[in-house]
Amino acid sequence: MTMTALAPAPRRKPLSLSRAITYAILIGGAVLMIYPLLWMLMSSIKSDQEIFSNPAALPTHFDLGNYFSGWFATNPSFTQYYINSFMICLGAVIGNVLACSLTAYAFARLEFPFKRTLFTIMLLTLMLPSHVLLIPQYVMFARMGWVNTYLPLIVPKFLATDAFFIFLMVQFIRRIPRELDEAATIDGCSTFRIFTSIIFPLMQPALITTIIFTFIWTYNDFFSQLIYLTSPGSLTVPVGLRTLVDSSGGAYGQLLAMSALSLIPTFIMFLIFQRRLVEGIATSGLKG
Amino acid sequence: MTDHGAVAPLAVPGKAPRSRHRQNLEAYLFLLPWFGGIIALTAGPLIASLYLSFTDFDMLRTPNWVGLTNFVDMFSFDPRYRKALQVTFIYVLFGVPLNLIFALAIAVLLNQKVRGLGLFRGIYYLPSLLGGSVAVAVMWRQIFGGEGVVNQGLSLIGVNAPNWISTPQYALYTLILLHVWQFGSAMIIFLAGLQQVPKELYEAAEIDGASRWQKFVNVTVPMITPVIFFNLVLGVINSFQAFTSAYIVSGGSGGPADSTLFYTLYLYQEGFTSFRMGYASAMGWVLLLIIASFTALNFWASRRWVHYGDEK
Repeated sequence: MTMTALAPAPRRKPLSLSRAITYAILIGGAVLMIYPLLWMLMSSIKSDQEIFSNPAALPTHFDLGNYFSGWFATNPSFTQYYINSFMICLGAVIGNVLACSLTAYAFARLEFPFKRTLFTIMLLTLMLPSHVLLIPQYVMFARMGWVNTYLPLIVPKFLATDAFFIFLMVQFIRRIPRELDEAATIDGCSTFRIFTSIIFPLMQPALITTIIFTFIWTYNDFFSQLIYLTSPGSLTVPVGLRTLVDSSGGAYGQLLAMSALSLIPTFIMFLIFQRRLVEGIATSGLKG
Repeated sequence: MTDHGAVAPLAVPGKAPRSRHRQNLEAYLFLLPWFGGIIALTAGPLIASLYLSFTDFDMLRTPNWVGLTNFVDMFSFDPRYRKALQVTFIYVLFGVPLNLIFALAIAVLLNQKVRGLGLFRGIYYLPSLLGGSVAVAVMWRQIFGGEGVVNQGLSLIGVNAPNWISTPQYALYTLILLHVWQFGSAMIIFLAGLQQVPKELYEAAEIDGASRWQKFVNVTVPMITPVIFFNLVLGVINSFQAFTSAYIVSGGSGGPADSTLFYTLYLYQEGFTSFRMGYASAMGWVLLLIIASFTALNFWASRRWVHYGDEK
């Protein structure tokens, strides 16, 4: 009896030396990769003294005091910063989904003069560093009175300026069978109807990838928020964190607590959509 | 199949085929938002910044034409500009290759049917998702600070290390390390590439008695050169535009002693703290030319070392 019960076990190959080394490197590397983040999390519940006297050790007690004092350390508090960040993210997501999908549909399915040229121009804008457009855009938005509002961060998304997502969606639409469009045309569907009732619903995976990455990139974007948002009430989380860096002096516990907290929205997206994020990067080369 | 055109009108009796004119109009309507963006937010600003780069624009007064002064100043009379170029080139030259080496090494290890692949992949990828944020830059500043955890660790083994962040010789290398730490997204692209390499090639190499290293050098690397190339181009373009880490770690100054004065950080200072917007526009155009020429150089060089499968 015991023999038969044990029999399948040896099929599991013994760990060879090279495989053991592989695992040792992978596990060691993973610990090194994750350690800075764990360190920040641990430090965020320590007192400032403890951070310096014993930075690597586990916290001696669990105290969320840094989170409360950090949240209210700025004026206005982080409540306002999070509201601003999420509003901008929401606007950017809606803008990208609508504008990029309309554009992608035209490039993937419709015929019109100069299509190839326009498509090439669209691809070229992928490589264009935003810094070369920065000054005129800033002057324009400033003249329109948009500085310290959400508008300069949202309106461009409604004008399909994120070519990455157009490209992603074009690739996706090309894989949707054309027979569906043709059948709908025969049924008398207009081009717009085909878009709204066939292509758009079928694009769902590409749209979700767009939503996730637009959210994460907008939420973490620092440069344009630093430029366009300067009045205290308009600040977002990244710019608010910078303010805290300048004002906190020696209060590192608060600073690390607010930093750790600010990573949570991205981290939640990562936990929920890990597979999609990985697929998005692997198939289109999006930079995380 | 060939008489498709003749059949179509019969299939839709009573409905005239949409005129070409109307079709074009429809397509352009779909493209309306994009046209708006490309004209108002891309082409317009691109031309405007080219014009401004030949002026002394400061946002308040009307711009005066100054010819090539901004460009001459940059390369002949502005030591900070040259410093910014130097800092950025060092960052790209060390940061990008190291990032790719780690990404490829871990991808190769993960490609050997390891247990817990999803978990490992997630852990290695997480830093690149979070790494560009202000929060991570703040964290890095604390870790490498004078009394940070790195130095506490070093003091345990008797090394009395300097404050990495405030020492001009080292500050930039902490930022390079921060960039290297974010190799996860390149790793995922490599992993996808490695999975495309046909197994038969490895089997054939094994029959020929190739060692692991020989298989890596003679099978893996040649087969994934397009992926390496893709990561290289993307890495170079992104690294030239790095900003957040240097801004946060140096408190916006690019210090100590301009040792972390990234190109974009200096551009920001010139444009938005000194309000020399003509100069900043000129810097933007030079950045565009640098990135374009590096990309072109990469494409040119790629003809020598990148093997696409369909060439054979």
